[in-house]
Amino acid sequence: MYRIAVIGAYDSIFGFAALGLETFPVTDREDGEKLLKQLAAGGKYGVIYITEALAEQLKEQIEKYKTQLLPAIILIPGVSGNTGAGIQGVKKSVEQAVGSDILFGGE
Amino acid sequence: MAQTQVNPTRMELTRLKKKLVTAVRGHKLLKDKRDELMRQFMDLVKANMELREKVEKGILSANQNFVIARASMTAEAMHTALLAPKQEVYLEPDHKNVMSVDIPVFDYRTRTPDDNDIYSYGFAFTSSDLDDAVKSLADILPDMIRLAEYEKSCQLMAAEIEKTRRRVNALEHVIIPETRKNIKYITMKLDENERSTQIRLMKVKDMMLEEAHGYGKKEY
Repeated sequence: MYRIAVIGAYDSIFGFAALGLETFPVTDREDGEKLLKQLAAGGKYGVIYITEALAEQLKEQIEKYKTQLLPAIILIPGVSGNTGAGIQGVKKSVEQAVGSDILFGGE
Repeated sequence: MAQTQVNPTRMELTRLKKKLVTAVRGHKLLKDKRDELMRQFMDLVKANMELREKVEKGILSANQNFVIARASMTAEAMHTALLAPKQEVYLEPDHKNVMSVDIPVFDYRTRTPDDNDIYSYGFAFTSSDLDDAVKSLADILPDMIRLAEYEKSCQLMAAEIEKTRRRVNALEHVIIPETRKNIKYITMKLDENERSTQIRLMKVKDMMLEEAHGYGKKEY
């Protein structure tokens, strides 16, 4: 049985607690790094949602989990707005597969 | 000329011929795998993009609702209201095999089946804006979980496609041409050896005939 975790600045994620997801407010990079490692290695969480702002700082770490089946680390926009990092991630996987972004490149 | 040193022997030739057959067959299979993976990936990634746009829009509007809710309540009251959630979401991950790539399938279950359990507070001390905000977030949750499934699948498939593509290219542009070249080199070399043996035998025959009958001695 897996749970779903949400990591990010408190303002961006506190609403998810009401839905029954587990929220982990994080303020700086080091805490985020430690927390992500702990959550991903623990095997308790199947999906970890992370705000784009925090993900920006933990890029290398997130890259590591890309090839594993679980956990899925998914970027979500924070309260301060959409940075486009999530869309960029989708485009990147197209680029990885095809060699160049043929689907969304023109947009 | 062959770059690597090959022994121009019949045994080596048989080995290389077998290798070529395997390589050609492997190339065809991998190419088929790549094409099929690519077809499925394209469908998946399009759905992924649509879902992502939808989810991002949903979260954005939910966040706006939360900001409005926050404006009409104190931070403490808000914090207390959401402190002890009633509802819990459990994820039941399964996986499915698409062209030998394991991709996840997420199924989720809530602790209680009651939709209203997302409101973890009494309605007396909170504004109705908070109810709206929580509701808008709850509406987007199924899509968020589907997004997680799709996005992870896309990432895994992209990695597999990249690997397969490299293998196809390596076979097509390096291994197969090189083996063909080596086979040609060995055939030529063997033919050359055969001709040289034949010439030597003819020469020996000439010499033996000369010795036995003295042909050609008259000219001297």
